[in-house]
Amino acid sequence: MTDLRPHHLDVRIGGISVRLRAASAEFNTLMVDRFRGFIGSVDTPDYIFDIDILPFTYTPDAPDELSDIEVSVRREDEGWHLLRGDFEARWDPATRHGTARLRANPYALDSVLRILHTVLLAEQGGMLMHASSVVLADGRAFVCTGVSGAGKTTISRLVPPGAHILTDEMSFIRREADGYYAYGTPFAGELATPGENIRAPLAGVFLLAQGPDNRIDDLSPAEAIRAVMTNILYFAKDKALTAKVFDNAIALAACIPVRRLTFFPDARVWDMIGNEA
Amino acid sequence: MSNPLYILHSSDVAARRIGDELMIMLARDSSLFSLNETAALLWQAADGKTPLDEIVAHTLCAQFDIDYDIALADATELAHSLAERGILLIAEHPFAH
Repeated sequence: MTDLRPHHLDVRIGGISVRLRAASAEFNTLMVDRFRGFIGSVDTPDYIFDIDILPFTYTPDAPDELSDIEVSVRREDEGWHLLRGDFEARWDPATRHGTARLRANPYALDSVLRILHTVLLAEQGGMLMHASSVVLADGRAFVCTGVSGAGKTTISRLVPPGAHILTDEMSFIRREADGYYAYGTPFAGELATPGENIRAPLAGVFLLAQGPDNRIDDLSPAEAIRAVMTNILYFAKDKALTAKVFDNAIALAACIPVRRLTFFPDARVWDMIGNEA
Repeated sequence: MSNPLYILHSSDVAARRIGDELMIMLARDSSLFSLNETAALLWQAADGKTPLDEIVAHTLCAQFDIDYDIALADATELAHSLAERGILLIAEHPFAH
């Protein structure tokens, strides 16, 4: 029997491996570049997606206007249905198999993978968060979140020698038996560079604000939860899972210090974090 | 005299007590609200079958030293405000369970 999708790629983010099977070698090449550092062959992937590529001539200077249409993520029968202008995907958590029809722009598959991980992590007590994350030389990871323009990329650029940038855009946080861990992701922001594919115990979450000097302020429990919840990446219109996301934010804020970091954009901010956090 | 009002938790929210605050999250857009003490009492009493005037008389007036008519007017306004945000359902008849 002819294999309709002879090309496959195993993308492993946050310890979760997803095998992408496609007919197009060109698309695979595009994805290899998009997810560099996070590709490796595994014997048994956690999830398998069969990808059908819809015609689209992608160029970096001409974004796909269909990717601007609001995404819909809903439960459907036993699985999930994802729909945006440039993709439609389904997957069944029980069989760990999914299908996706998407236009041949790298953001379509990137978005499908982000959404997949938001749902998987929500069910496991973790989250994807609009945040940069950094591992200091002593091995502790810090996540820096905030609205667009708050300084997520800026603070990543200021990291001291020996530190590792996990991402400047989308932090991957998992709850494990001995606490929370931050993982590197290929989801890049202004740095336009994938994060390092490593993990480290999460030591703190900072809500960023830029100011004339460097200061760390405590937040009330409700403020901490609001800071986390506001910045979790989450799309599903699903009451049960949304409540779980809320509980995950509450659990994280109860376990990990969530504070406001006001910083002046120079490297001294990381000295303060290393000494005080 | 106006018809009695009945209030019920929206099925589209999750409520969690964090310290002294009651936080409400709307499932439709993940927006968060912190309810003050009065709103939290109203939320807790919103069983869909107790009229709002009884809630005011037995809960709010019992908890706070306030005039019943003023409390009822404030509670009615608050209930409508919470209903506009999708936190409570409001009706002139008891909700079926």
